[in-house]
Order: sequence, then C-alpha cells, then structure tokens
Amino acid sequence: MGTALDIKIKRANKVYHAGEVLSGVVVISSKDSVQHQGVSLTMEGTVNLQLSAKSVGVFEAFYNSVKPIQIINSTIEMVKPGKFPSGKTEIPFEFPLHAKGNKVLYETYHGVFVNIQYTLRCDMRRSLLAKDLTKTCEFIVHSAPQKGKFTPSPVDFTITPETLQNVKERALLPKFLLRGHLNSTNCVITQPLTGELVVESSEAAIRSVELQLVRVETCGCAEGYARDATEIQNIQIADGDVCRGLSVPIYMVFPRLFTCPTLETTNFKVEFEVNIVVLLHPDHLITENFPLKLCRI
Amino acid sequence: MAVFPWHSRNRNYKAEFASCRLEAVPLEFGDYHPLKPITVTESKTKKVNRKGSTSSTSSSSSSSVVDPLSSVLDGTDPLSMFAATADPVALAAATDSSRRKRDRDDNSVVGSDFEPWANKRGEILARYTTTEKLSINLFMGSEKGKAGTATLAMSEKVRTRLEELDDFEEGSQKELLNLTQQDYVNRIEELNQSLKDAWASDQKVKALKIVIQCSKLLSDTSVIQFYPSKFVLITDILDTFGKLVYERIFSMCVDNRSVLPDHFSPENANDTAKETCLNWFFKIASIRELIPRFYVEASILKCNKFLSKTGISECLPRLTCMIRGIGDPLVSVYARAYLCRALLTEMMERCKKLGNNALLLNSVMSAFRAEFIATRSMDFIGMIKECDESGFPKHLLFRSLGLNLALADPPESDRLQILNEAWKVITKLKNPQDYINCAEVWVEYTCKHFTKREVNTVLADVIKHMTPDRAFEDSYPQLQLIIKKVIAHFHDFSVLFSVEKFLPFLDMFQKESVRVEVCKCIMDAFIKHQQEPTKDPVILNALLHVCKTMHDSVNALTLEDEKRMLSYLINGFIKMVSFGRDFEQQLSFYVESRSMFCNLEPVLVQLIHSVNRLAMETRKLMKGNHSRKTAAFVRACVAYCFITIPSLAGIFTRLNLYLHSGQVALANQCLSQADAFFKAAISLIPEVPKMINIDGKMRPSESFLLEFLCNFFSTLLIVPDHPEHGVLFLVRELLNVIQDYTWEDNSDEKIRIYTCVLHLLSAMSQETYLYHIDKVDSNDSLYGGDSKFLAENNKLCETVMAQILEHLKTLAKDEVKTLEYIKKQSKQPDMTHLTELALRLPLQTRT
Repeated sequence: MGTALDIKIKRANKVYHAGEVLSGVVVISSKDSVQHQGVSLTMEGTVNLQLSAKSVGVFEAFYNSVKPIQIINSTIEMVKPGKFPSGKTEIPFEFPLHAKGNKVLYETYHGVFVNIQYTLRCDMRRSLLAKDLTKTCEFIVHSAPQKGKFTPSPVDFTITPETLQNVKERALLPKFLLRGHLNSTNCVITQPLTGELVVESSEAAIRSVELQLVRVETCGCAEGYARDATEIQNIQIADGDVCRGLSVPIYMVFPRLFTCPTLETTNFKVEFEVNIVVLLHPDHLITENFPLKLCRI
Repeated sequence: MAVFPWHSRNRNYKAEFASCRLEAVPLEFGDYHPLKPITVTESKTKKVNRKGSTSSTSSSSSSSVVDPLSSVLDGTDPLSMFAATADPVALAAATDSSRRKRDRDDNSVVGSDFEPWANKRGEILARYTTTEKLSINLFMGSEKGKAGTATLAMSEKVRTRLEELDDFEEGSQKELLNLTQQDYVNRIEELNQSLKDAWASDQKVKALKIVIQCSKLLSDTSVIQFYPSKFVLITDILDTFGKLVYERIFSMCVDNRSVLPDHFSPENANDTAKETCLNWFFKIASIRELIPRFYVEASILKCNKFLSKTGISECLPRLTCMIRGIGDPLVSVYARAYLCRALLTEMMERCKKLGNNALLLNSVMSAFRAEFIATRSMDFIGMIKECDESGFPKHLLFRSLGLNLALADPPESDRLQILNEAWKVITKLKNPQDYINCAEVWVEYTCKHFTKREVNTVLADVIKHMTPDRAFEDSYPQLQLIIKKVIAHFHDFSVLFSVEKFLPFLDMFQKESVRVEVCKCIMDAFIKHQQEPTKDPVILNALLHVCKTMHDSVNALTLEDEKRMLSYLINGFIKMVSFGRDFEQQLSFYVESRSMFCNLEPVLVQLIHSVNRLAMETRKLMKGNHSRKTAAFVRACVAYCFITIPSLAGIFTRLNLYLHSGQVALANQCLSQADAFFKAAISLIPEVPKMINIDGKMRPSESFLLEFLCNFFSTLLIVPDHPEHGVLFLVRELLNVIQDYTWEDNSDEKIRIYTCVLHLLSAMSQETYLYHIDKVDSNDSLYGGDSKFLAENNKLCETVMAQILEHLKTLAKDEVKTLEYIKKQSKQPDMTHLTELALRLPLQTRT
C-alpha cells in the first residue's frame, strides 16, 4: 500500500447543474513523502453513441461507432512538480460547469446505445521509476428545470381481446376486460409513474401483471438513423390471479442514471415508453404500450 | 384368685441412661469413617483449584469405600471447573443484560419493538408444523439463463434475461427438495447467518440478494399448514435486514461530535446518510418481483425517517395498496400482517388521521400492545375526547385505555395528567353501570402509580356514584374487583386502613355473601403480606370488624369447609396480633376475640393455645419465679382456658386441651388449677363415645383414648398429691373411670391401659422420678420414699395386676375356640407355619 489518490466531491449525491461550481478535494495519502511531477485534474463530459448490431453488421457496429461528442473538457494543473509530505494531503478544487462553445450540458444518462457521462480524472505524474497515479470519478449532471408549466396528461385505457393488434387467432383468446389509467404520460423524472389497473373480468387466470420500462434510443448518422428499444427494468405489480374489480396500483420509480428527461438532439434521441404486460394462463402475453415524456422540473 | 404382691424394681435412671447411651468416640484425623471420604474429597477439590498439593487425599484414599460422588468431584468435574474459572456465566449474564438493554434502547429508537412478537413467534412456530416435505428454491445465479430453451414463453425469456442482468456476482441456484421441517428451519437459519456475514464483510448487494430470495419463498404456499411458521422464519430474516440497514445508516449520522438523538428529525441526518438511504430505496424499487419488493421495502421502511418526516406515513397507503396485487389471498393477508407488525407507530398515525372513529380507536387499544398504548396515553385521551359519542360510547374507550394502563406504564411525567384527564370524563358518566365498568379498570392504574391520597379520592368518587338508589347492588362484581386491586397494591395494612374511604367503601357490600367474600380477600391478603406481628389499633379495629363480619355469617347451614376456611383466616389474624410485653392487653384481646368468635370452634382452640402460650411466655420472662402480679395474671390465663374449654364440642379436643392447659398450669405453679383441669379431664372420659367422626367417617375411638391416656399418665407422674385428698387420688379416680368405661367386648385396650398404669405406678415408686417440672415438687420429694406411700402404690399395682390376670383367664376360656381357629387357618396354603403353633398350644395348657 503505497500512495493513494482519491477525489472527493463535495456533494454527497454528486449532482450538479450547468452553471454551478463543481468543488471538492483531491486527497493524497501516503505513509512516506511522495515525489511527483505534478498533479492535474481533468473534467470531461461526453456523449458516446453506438450503432446496434441490428442496424448495421456486427463488425461495422464496432468500427463505425459514431464519434463521441465532447460536451465539456477542461484541465487544471493543481500542483506543480514537487513533493507531498507523508500523511494525508487534501487539495481543494473548483470547476465552473460550462459547456464547450454553444453545446448543451445534457443530463447524465447510462443507456445501451447512448451514454452521456461526466467524469473527473486526477493524474499524478511521477518519475520513470514510479507509475503514474490516476483516479477517475464520475459526477452527475442534471439538466436545468424545464421552462413552462408542467401539465399532466392522464390516459385511460381499456384492454380486451378486441383492442389487441397483432393477434394470430383471435378466436383462441380467452375473454377479458382490463381497465385502467395512467395519471400522466408526461412524467416528472423524480416522481414515480402512477396509475391504476382493474381486472374487471378475465376467463383465464392471471399469472402476472408487469410494468416494463423501455428506452428508445435513436442515433442519427449519414445513412439515416438507427432506432432501438431495449428494456430498462420490469416491475411486477400483480402476482397471481388478482381480485376482480379491485384496483391494483401502477407505481414505478424511474431509476436514476438509466433514465433522463426525454432528449432530442440533431445527432441522437433518447425516449422512453412503458409497456403494461399482462400474462394470462396458460401462455398468453398481452402488452399495451404507452410512450412517456420525461422531464425535470 | 390369688393375690400377687407387687414390688417395683428400683431404677437408677442416671446410671441406666449412662450405660445405654452410645459412647462418643472422638475421631482422629486419619481414622476411617464411612461418611468421611466425601468431606475429605471436597477439601481436595478446593486444593486442586488452588493448584495446591493433594496430600490430604492420602487419608481418604486409604479408605476401602470409594464414593462415586467423590470420584466425580475429582477436580475434573465440569461444575467445579466452572466454579474455578468462576466467571463465564456471570460474564455471559452481564453481556446478555447489556445486550438486552441495548435491544431495548434500539426498540425505543425504532419506536415500536417486536417484543410481544417474540412471544407470538414462538407460539406460531410451535403450532404450525408439518411432516410434509418442503423445498427451498434459492436463485442466486445464472445457470438458469444457460438452461433457457426455445420453448420458453416470451415472458420467460424476459425474465431469464433480467435475472441475468440482476446477477452480478457468484451465480448459483439452489433448489433443495425433500426437506423436513427441521431441515428447512436450519436452512433458513443458515441464510440468516449468511446475511449477517455478508453484511459484516461489506457485501451489501449479496445481503440484499439473500433477503430478496428469502422473501420470494413466501410466495410459495405449497405446504399450507407450514406457511405461518415459514412466515415467521422469513420475516425474522427481514427484520434482521431492516435492523442492519437502519443501524448502518444511523451510524453514518453519528460523527465524532454528537450522537443522533433517539427521536431525530430528517434535518439531523447528514447528506451521506440520506444518499445511502435513497440508494437503498432506489435499489429496492427496482426489484422485479412484487412479493420480494413489498417485503424488502416494508422491512427497511423505518429508514424513511432519515429522508422526511412524513415519509413513512406516505408510504404506508401505497404499500397497503400494493398488496392488492398479490393474487394468493393467504400470501396477501400475511403481507398485510407483516406491514402492520413493522409499522405499528405509523398505523397509529393513520388511525389518528381518520379521527372520530371510536370503533377503530377501541380496536387499536384492544389489539395493540399495552406498552405501545401506554406511552401514547395522552394522545389517546385527546383522541377519545374528540371522538364522536354517537357510534361507540366513550366510557368503553376509557375502559380499554385503562386496561392497557393496567398492563403497561405510561411515561412518568404524564401519569398524573392522564389520571386527571381520564377521571374528569369518568366522573361525569351518568349511568352507574357505565361508570363502574370504567372506574373499576382505572383503580388499578391509580393504585399502581399513586399514593393513598389519590386512591382515597377515587374510592370516594366511586362511593358517591354508587350510593344513590343503591346502585351498588347491581355492581358487586366490579366493586369486589376494586377492593381486590386496592388490596393487591397496598400490602401495608396500616396504610390501607388509613385510606379514609376504605371502610365506607366496604359498607357498600350489603349483601352478606359478597361482604364475606370481600372480607375473606382482605384477610387472605393480610395473612399473605403481613410480616410482623402488629398492635396497630387501626389495623386491629378494622380487621376485628372484618373478622366479625366473617364470623357472623356462620349459621346452621354453613358448610364445614366454609367454617374451616373462615377459622383459618381468623386464626391467621389472631396469630399476627401481638402487644409485645403488654401481656394484660394481649389477654384482654383474647377475651374480646372469644366473645366475638364463639361460634367457630377452631378459633376458640387457637385462642386457648394462644393464652397458654401467653402464660408460658410470662413464665419465661419471669424465669419461673412469678411475682404476685404475674402469678395472678397467669391464674387469669388459666381461668380463661378453664372456662373456655367446656364450650367446645369435640371431645378429644376438650380432653387434650384440659391436659395441655393442666400442664401449663402445673408449669406455672398453679397446682389446684392444674388439679381442676385433670379432674375435669377424668370426669370427661366416661363421655367418650365408642365411635367418633373423623373427616366425615365414623371410627372407633379406643385408639385415640389409649393415646390420650398414655399421655395423661406421663403427666400424672409428676402431679403432686393434694394434701386434702388421699394418696394418688387422681390416679385412683382415673382407674375408676377406666374400670367403669364400657369397653368393647373382647377388646384388649383396657388391659393395654392397665399395663401402662403399671408403668406409671412403677415409675412413681422410684426414689427419684425420671423427670420433674421446675419449681414443682412431685410425689417423690413430697413423700420422700415413705413406706406407707409405697405400700399404697403397691396395693394399687396389685389391683391392676389382678385385673390383667383376670383378663388373661377369660382369654384362656376361649382357648379351645382359638385352637380350632388356628388349626383351620393353618390348612390354608400360606399359613402352614401355624401348624406348629397349633401343635404346641394344647401342651401349654396342660402344664
């Protein structure tokens, strides 16, 4: 255990907004004094786009990854070459969060084909004999609250065999009637998705009702665009043959990092949808899809 | 018939005693003694413990007897080993108690502890058992994903993939089939342990996985009779988890400077703690399956306290609704049960918000744990006050609250206010029945926490309410309960009777049977709790009154058992009364008691014994030398007995008391009084019936008479002759009575008695008697071996002897019959030994 390098961001939740000052300390701890060639701190924000194997060939997907878009990038020299005393040394730092040029600080988002990530990297350069030390630390950017009034957009829905599309043999379907509503498809990202679902009647026993949160990522490129929907999470709201006529709550917390306010740029789009998935005995799967619009207020 | 002259053998009692006595031989240290090894080895054990030499064993090891106990005690004995190291037990106890204390502290932090759950838990586990085979399916890994086949439904595929995603460490699926119940319990216990281990080694994700997998097991109702026990086992794990998470976050809030107070607000929690807490909730919100998501969230719901004040109460309705999604009714009911158990406090808050619902309040008070209610008594009083009277009467609510307060204590500071607030309402109840039902419950609380002043006030209030229109007549059971509660809390009777309204309260019991019942309770408590004899006039007056009430209830129809019970209680009281050295006061108390309790024979007997004892104590105090005053006092005692005994019914009771009192009189040098007792006894003997009633069965009295007479003879030995009567006049009189008594035909009892008389007379003819009473000259010193006395004595012996021989003669007449009988008997298979006897008997007769 030689020298340890650590970055401590002041805010416990590591969440910052554009225009704010990101502050913290770099901690160098060592039993002995440390010789170094300078310590620098880099702040970087990038959007990584990747084309799915479905849209292009497998190989192309790797090689033709769309070039990462840099949103923010700045480096400061924290300490000039010299020597740290033994023990713990804390060096405070501050970074104003400003995007490069006219770019926007998108909100942090961890997806499959789109990744928006912000990092702080601290490098301690050292002599040839000792390895350079690096420590990376992710911080989170939340986009500024959206202007304009937030208006909820409730949706009522009814699901019966007749409302279904994409059915092979409608005659084989058991009869059922599901009613429900979502309180709003315009969602505040910090608030859960809520609503109710009532099984009014169903011939077949219900096995499960699930809420499937889906991300729809679109990457634009010269030849057009690639649009992929993948599942973020699947939350079961009913297990087994639930009581008829009694409303089952629809409730889903939007996971942090994996969701962000619905985003639409020239190069890429990140959108979200929710599927209400009803599984009937013996083996019927009914899905009702609702596009969502996420925002931060 | 020839007269056989009788000569008593001279006895030297001292020499005989000396020669008969076993010689005491001092035992040398090394000598053998059968009881010795044990003691010696014991000392050896000590030595071993002190790591000393074992030299002292050599003496015992030489003994031939090897005591099995001593060999066990050979230092290697586990118990003595414990004793040597001494303290692990104490140490364990200490840590245990400290842990318990900490647990308790935790409970107060958590707001509602699970203590009664601990009891319930055991009950459930013991009750819901099964012999069916159980299975545990723990999915900790990714094999299932590999095993996925094309036939899987879409949802299955989704599921497998999700589980793969979920799974980011050490994959394994364990499906344990055919487990017995014990195996199952063991497995769950292992999981509980591995949860703790995982947590301790900072593998928080693994810990969460274990909890999720465990709560999944609750969706399986395959062996339904075991489900309650399964619920208990698994919620134990959940509780453990909830506690771990809470404690961890709580510890994050504790920095070096300050410790978070027990009832902190979210502002006191620091950002790191909040962030950690949020992380847990986000993590749990993404648990795929409903049942584990519900259980795990419920288990850590208390952590909401770190985030917001209202967090828990906001989550509660949501979690409650969430249960609707559980299709299986059994599983969903148990899920509700868990929620209630985890969130007593918040349930309470919800009830509060609903307000005005008296029925709900009452259910809460009767269902929730008393400690829980007690700590919130003031809240409850407030709520009860605001309640709408129409649906559910308030007095029932106060009654429920009172019931809780009788079981658990509210905070010290609130106690008086609670009583005041509650009583304010209770006292306004118009209907005496409503009033008394409520008051009865609250008396317990009052007695428990307050002094006699408050109790007095309460009793006064009860009297005030119950007296009009003789309302008390309909409420005896409740009033009785009140008395019982008061007595249970006031063990000091001087305090109890100084409660001014206590006796007036008793006056409300006007129906005799109830009154006696209450008196019995009081006396019972007195006998149980009064440690020291008392002469407190308040107690005496009150209890005499109580006892008198009991005594006066006795009539011709009273059952024997009842009488015995009452007598026992009154005797218990009499025995506890002592005026110390004021003997005269004591005697006058006995006189008063006699006049009060004359219908209960056992009480009179007790009184006679007590007075005799008083006389003997006086003697002891004067060291046998009565002064003029004490002599007169003792004579008064003797007179008391003498006039009391004839009023008793039991013949043997009277005989024995005469004898006993005579002995006491003799011991106190009241010779003529003693004579009077003995004469009375003698003159009573002819009245002894053939059969007497003992415990409801008629039995022949002869054996009792024999026993009494033998005892009597022993006393007569030392009774000095009266100068105005003839020699041995008491013995003569007694002999006459015995002679005239109608004995059972062909019974040997009379002759047995005569042989005893021979013993007596022989003892009387000795120069010095076997025993004496201090300061009483018996016949030996009065006559000093006078030849005339001896001659009289011998004559008496001859007469008695003649009687004995006469009896033997009549026996001989029956000899032929006897012989035939014996011969007949000897023919029976087991009686062959009688044949020889039968052969010998005729020979004897011839000679």
